[in-house]
Amino acid sequence: MGYRFGVKSYDLIIVGAGIIGTACADYASREGLRVAIVEPGPIGGGATAAAMGHLVAMDDDPAELALANYSLQLWEDFTGIEQIEYSRCGTLWVAGNATEFAQIPEKIARLAAVGVPAERLESEQLYRLEPALQRGLTGGMRVPREAVVYPPGMARHLLNRACVRGTTLYPLRATAITAHGVQLEDRTSLAGSVLVATGCALPQLLPRLPMRSRKGHLVITDRYPGVIHHQLLELGYADSAHGDADSSVAFNVQPRPTGQILIGSSREYGNDTPEVSMPMVRRMLERTFRYLPALRQLNALRIWTGFRPVSADGLPYLGRVPQRPNVWVAAGHEGLGITTSLGSARLVIDQWLDRPTAIDARPYDPARVATWA
Amino acid sequence: MGMNQVRIAIDGQALDVPAGISVAAAIAQLRLPFRRSVGGQPRTAFCGMGVCFECRVRIDGIAQQRACMVPVREGMQVLTDG
Repeated sequence: MGYRFGVKSYDLIIVGAGIIGTACADYASREGLRVAIVEPGPIGGGATAAAMGHLVAMDDDPAELALANYSLQLWEDFTGIEQIEYSRCGTLWVAGNATEFAQIPEKIARLAAVGVPAERLESEQLYRLEPALQRGLTGGMRVPREAVVYPPGMARHLLNRACVRGTTLYPLRATAITAHGVQLEDRTSLAGSVLVATGCALPQLLPRLPMRSRKGHLVITDRYPGVIHHQLLELGYADSAHGDADSSVAFNVQPRPTGQILIGSSREYGNDTPEVSMPMVRRMLERTFRYLPALRQLNALRIWTGFRPVSADGLPYLGRVPQRPNVWVAAGHEGLGITTSLGSARLVIDQWLDRPTAIDARPYDPARVATWA
Repeated sequence: MGMNQVRIAIDGQALDVPAGISVAAAIAQLRLPFRRSVGGQPRTAFCGMGVCFECRVRIDGIAQQRACMVPVREGMQVLTDG
């Protein structure tokens, strides 16, 4: 009984073992912290498992770009690990019309400013790289260093490394944040600083930080190697990703290392049921077939849904929670959490250690949403 | 060629088969193997009713089609391990 009701002390108790929580555990343990991580479900089993795993620099918002770029550099240490399935296929943004094509030089300049190489493609170059694309497209932009990964494999890898350094995994639900740490469902008390990395479930422990769930669908095909070669997106993608419509779809298709083709993307607010919506899948696939008509004839093996954790302003909350001594947060990465996981972990843990951060941490400070006045 | 025969090609080999049979039946007639698995094992038609996916072949350029579910058509090009 002494064991069940005993109090164990750590420097940092991380709640949630998705890619964000495990990245924090990996870095914190590397820096010598005594870490516990609390996760009642599978490792990387939430948004991490539902994600496409595209490592991409979105250039529309300077803070988002800074965090993505910082993180993409850190991802370079994970290219050779089998279970992560890192594949440097590059990203190819497709321009459906002259207006989208005209945005490309500006995008290239924004990426170049942070050191991400990108090139503009005329339509003949586009079709040479991706012959399956629908004729009549204006051109595109290729970002050759970007990649795709298998996110749950990364979460498990990060957790394994942390555990080798002494991190303890508690496969239990955290029921409350206490004055001293965390209470678990079996009434175990853990004492220490608390870092909440529970994504869409954030309000259960930190109800004052706004968090919405944005549902998405993905379809994966049988193996068709060689049909596409890059992660392909429409240049209008950001309008869907950053817009606030109740529902939207955008062309976003990925070649998996197996030869399978992973097809996205859909976005829905206000639908918190995990069921597949066939009308939404149809809408998403019709969008896909406009760009890749050959996919219409292929077999899909599986369709699934997931939920993106959306903060009040689209940027993650990374840092100390106001008015909660010793409570920290790393959550709200929406659709970019795989890309930005590693940089997010550094920003939070470096602040916890009172060290300077590699990029300006202020845009992600949870205090900016201040709903507790 | 009789009225009820169609000519198809399997792995480049021309074959006259009765109209209406499945591609899987035509391949079996030639005693050809079907596909190989990702791990390299030879596979062959098993359930014959579209459930097990063991008989997938490339038909007229489109891969991963279940041979047991597709009837032969005149001029069809089949690749067993495509």
